[in-house]
Amino acid sequence: MSRLTIKTLSEAQTTVEGLYKDLERRIIASPPGLCPVDLAASFLKLCHAQTCGKCVPCRVGLGQLENMIEDVLNGDATEETVDLIEKTARVIKNTADCAIGFEAASMVLKGVEGFRDDYLEHVRHNRCVASMNQPIPCTALCPAGVDIPGYVALVNAGRYADAVRLIRKDNPFPVSCGMVCEHPCENRCRRGLIDASINIRGLKRYACEKAGIVAAPECAEPTGKKVAVIGGGPGGLSCAYYLSLMGHSVTVYDAHKNLGGMLRYGIPSYRLPREELQEDIDAILSTGIEVKRNTFIGRDMTMDQLRSEFDAVFIAIGAQQDKKLNLPGENGRGVISAVEMLGRIGDGDMPDFAGKNVCIIGGGNVAMDCTRSSRRMGADRVTCVYRRRTEDMTALPDEIEGAIAEGCEIMTMSAPVRIELDEDENVTGLVVQPQIPGAIDKSGRPRPTKADLPEVVIPCDVVVVAIGQGVDSREFEEAGIPVVRGSISAFDTGDIADNEGIFAGGDCVSGPATAIRAIGAGKVAAANIDQYLGYNHEITAGVDIPHPVMHDSKAYGRVQPNMRPAPERARDFQQIEYCMTNEEACQESGRCLRCDHFGYGIFKGGRKEKW
Amino acid sequence: MVNLTIDNTPVSCAEGTTIMDAAEAAGIAIPHLCYLKGINEIAACRMCTVEIKGTERLVPACDNVVQEGMTVFTNSPRVREARRINAEFIMSQHSGNCISCVRSGNCSLQTMCSDLDILDTNPYKPEVPARRWNMNAPLIHDASKCIKCMRCVNVCDKIQGMHIWDLEGSGGHAHINVTLGRSIMSADCTFCGQCIVNCATGALRERDDTDDVFDAFADPEKIVVAQTAPAVRAAWGEDFGLANDEAGTGRMVSALRKLGFDYVFDTNTGADMTIMEEASEFLEQLKDPEKYRKPMFTSCCPGWVRFMKSQYPDMVSQLSTTKSPHQMMAASIKAWFRDIKGVDPHNVYVVSIMPCLAKKAEAAEPNQNDACGDPDVDTVLTVREMNRMLRSDHIKPLLLSESEFDDPFGFSSGAGKIFGVTGGVMEAALRTAYHSVTGKNPDPDAFKDVRGMDGWKEASIDIDGTVIKVAAASGLLNTRRLIEAIRAGKVSYDFVEIMACPGGCSGGGGMPVHDGISMTDTRGSELYRLDDASEVRFSHENPAVKKIYSEYFGAPLSEKAEELLHTDHEGWDMPLNPRMSRR
Repeated sequence: MSRLTIKTLSEAQTTVEGLYKDLERRIIASPPGLCPVDLAASFLKLCHAQTCGKCVPCRVGLGQLENMIEDVLNGDATEETVDLIEKTARVIKNTADCAIGFEAASMVLKGVEGFRDDYLEHVRHNRCVASMNQPIPCTALCPAGVDIPGYVALVNAGRYADAVRLIRKDNPFPVSCGMVCEHPCENRCRRGLIDASINIRGLKRYACEKAGIVAAPECAEPTGKKVAVIGGGPGGLSCAYYLSLMGHSVTVYDAHKNLGGMLRYGIPSYRLPREELQEDIDAILSTGIEVKRNTFIGRDMTMDQLRSEFDAVFIAIGAQQDKKLNLPGENGRGVISAVEMLGRIGDGDMPDFAGKNVCIIGGGNVAMDCTRSSRRMGADRVTCVYRRRTEDMTALPDEIEGAIAEGCEIMTMSAPVRIELDEDENVTGLVVQPQIPGAIDKSGRPRPTKADLPEVVIPCDVVVVAIGQGVDSREFEEAGIPVVRGSISAFDTGDIADNEGIFAGGDCVSGPATAIRAIGAGKVAAANIDQYLGYNHEITAGVDIPHPVMHDSKAYGRVQPNMRPAPERARDFQQIEYCMTNEEACQESGRCLRCDHFGYGIFKGGRKEKW
Repeated sequence: MVNLTIDNTPVSCAEGTTIMDAAEAAGIAIPHLCYLKGINEIAACRMCTVEIKGTERLVPACDNVVQEGMTVFTNSPRVREARRINAEFIMSQHSGNCISCVRSGNCSLQTMCSDLDILDTNPYKPEVPARRWNMNAPLIHDASKCIKCMRCVNVCDKIQGMHIWDLEGSGGHAHINVTLGRSIMSADCTFCGQCIVNCATGALRERDDTDDVFDAFADPEKIVVAQTAPAVRAAWGEDFGLANDEAGTGRMVSALRKLGFDYVFDTNTGADMTIMEEASEFLEQLKDPEKYRKPMFTSCCPGWVRFMKSQYPDMVSQLSTTKSPHQMMAASIKAWFRDIKGVDPHNVYVVSIMPCLAKKAEAAEPNQNDACGDPDVDTVLTVREMNRMLRSDHIKPLLLSESEFDDPFGFSSGAGKIFGVTGGVMEAALRTAYHSVTGKNPDPDAFKDVRGMDGWKEASIDIDGTVIKVAAASGLLNTRRLIEAIRAGKVSYDFVEIMACPGGCSGGGGMPVHDGISMTDTRGSELYRLDDASEVRFSHENPAVKKIYSEYFGAPLSEKAEELLHTDHEGWDMPLNPRMSRR
């Protein structure tokens, strides 16, 4: 008999491994609005199946928990049952021998605490607080609520201009979003159940490229009402666009030389070429919006002036104030903030990094923009320094990979300690303290903890600080606008307490976020300003959506956009990503499962034709 | 045009036609359960799945459209298997206690399973759900019979615009319940009953009050009185398979007497009295435009009154204070027994037989007790309940001879008869208002403009040089559109008639149920035929009404009339529309 055998998977085990993958995708594609108690019962059943069977609490106890939760769901339980569930789970957590048992019990405990109301609703009234009201995952997750299945179908039908019109019903930045949107719509795409989410952003870009210039719709009859919008970024311009379509007279004030906000002054042109951004802005302004550039409200003009001259005001000033490191050497020559650097690039005033060593501090998308821009401005060596791990970075993985491909270094687990300066106050290096990943914090990421290693000096000439941005809200606070922790305080309707007729939205309320969230906030504010002014204008697209065709939905690969070769693209600020080909766009749009029609969408919530 | 074949039959139809409609046009009836044309085409039950050549998965015919060159099979082995197994799934969660079900013999699920020849034991484990419900509510939902076809949800949303029903929860526990976690009695449900008449099974029904009536029959102290609403006569025979000429009021009256009623009165007399009061009230308002907000709204439909109180509480004062016909009849009946017959009114038991569910709630309003402090109407029965009582007492209407309603509430004009159809109240009121103003009768068919099944009708009437703008709407979504238009200043009327049910009482929530077939128009036409054939076409010429006024009330809007024939709509509470604060 042989002493050892090579480990191989049985067919059953191989199949189960495949099912695990299916389940992972299924959990990712889980729709919102499900009954949490029912989910808890299902998770518990999976946990119980993972039990080896050796120990009592896990083998028996998890099953008893299942029975009790099932009683809750069937309306056969009392409030004492919920208490017993809690007590039982606590004992299992404290007595299970391994993580299979105690983590399963922890999940139940988290649920009993986190959605106790739902447990009690089942027990007391034999009812559930959950109900499905967001049947289309992509549209539900898009902050602007764009009719995604609708425009994907239009792309599939070759009706590109109609696709642009449909997108503009909820988002007047189709071209820009086709290039830079963070696409939260793709996160829970139901297609993930079969293979992978639809490349929605790529299809949007394709639609815009094929459609060319699409005229904005006609404006409604002039109402004679005047609205001021402070800030010409995505939030402000979205609000201005819809208000203008509704027939109101809109004036946009912006502190910069050019419109676009962070789309221009935050996002480098290799991701969003200026002429593409301008295409969106031109369409928005074509509705008859007046623009006052280089006007800083609070200095060049006061809030009180706006209050008296306009019927309503929308504040969308963004979050454009850089945050400081508060480390020694920060005031040295060669230290520059991300806002300043990207701002100069936005106006075409390129800093010269030729032959220099550049360190970027931060792990977000802005840090990546600075990293990749530094490379393009001729830096010799570019290092992005971050105190956590790569997987803890908030930057999109594509951005990090892009930076690495372009020859930038990502130096993780390194917390900046000080910036070293020479006698002329010029930067000579960045000193970092190596870290180890510690206990998991509230964000679910390990807290960086000082490693038992000496400090490291990274020799450099330039340090770019990209550790976050704040809101320049001082003038507004002085004008009586409520400010909480630096951000303007507004309700989810855009209204501001005790300031009738003044609305706010976008980064200046939420803190630094995404373009699409600002666009959504602008849309919400437009609707509520219209109502505040005494109107109920409706925004529609006037586009009929192709009837879906049922097909067998065989698994296919997701189309990923091709990139220009890294060594070539790293030398200029030209667009780095290629548009989909016709072949790719047809296949990709054909993968859409049309959740507006199949499933719950045909019953309820499938399409909002107007707002 | 799109060309395809269905079951080897070539079919040509317009682009965008569903497979279901294309098949039907070709004479192929695809089975369906949740489907309700134009209202509920959501492919939930999967009974209409068909096979499309070259496609692995089966396709529901109700919400998928035809495509050029498609080859459809509606009875292939795969389709048969899928239809059968899905039917067994539905049966596994449906209380199969058909023998005690109100819809036995008239149930789409029962018919479906019978048609599919499902005889063997269901291979799937029964898991019939149970949910709690307030059995005192006029409207009962039985989760054990609900197949989640969602028709009630879509009927309430799309026809009535009331959003009372929703699919609650998720997963295997998802079930139909009242929206926003409310109970039915705390919701702004109008009790129109349209969900009941569109329910595929017996999951939705009225509260059964027939035992109360049998108890009253058994009580020797009680004089038990029936009154039957205008629309009842056009529909009661449907459950017995009777044609209109077989199911006249004569046989109905005989059947009710046989059942045990001591008196059988005609609510039409009350309808004519309603006209006397409402037309007078309208003319009063017309004379004093400063004092009254336009328009005046009719008040004879309790579903509509519940709508107004819950959706537009600031407009309740625009409702006519005239009671609905059966309520004013009931108050008058009890007062008549007390004052004319010398009978203790507490011993008079009034049963209203109505095409309506909302009247069960109306009779329970705390201020509908003007005759003696007891509720004026003791029990409201739907037409279905009346028919169930007749069946349970093994009464065969066709074998009975005809008899007349009792006096003094037994005569009706043609005007009273058309109360049962949308526009009828308006037309009846205009006939009398015209007479009141000019002293002469108009052509009884002069106001035909307000007839027909349109959801929102309008007309301008010239009465002696005064042009009166009137409108009639039926169905609550149409009603909401009309009221919103009034509030926005887009339309202006003097007098508006509203009926909560589409088509008026002919389409009432208490009428016999025929799944997928609307009898509303047929019943309405029968009422117009009866009007046309009436010797008296005007409420003010109804001899019974004249007698009641001359002997008892004196004149419309007299003190006694105000006491017994009018009501205070603010005298009871109604849950408000929960979305109101967001309007």
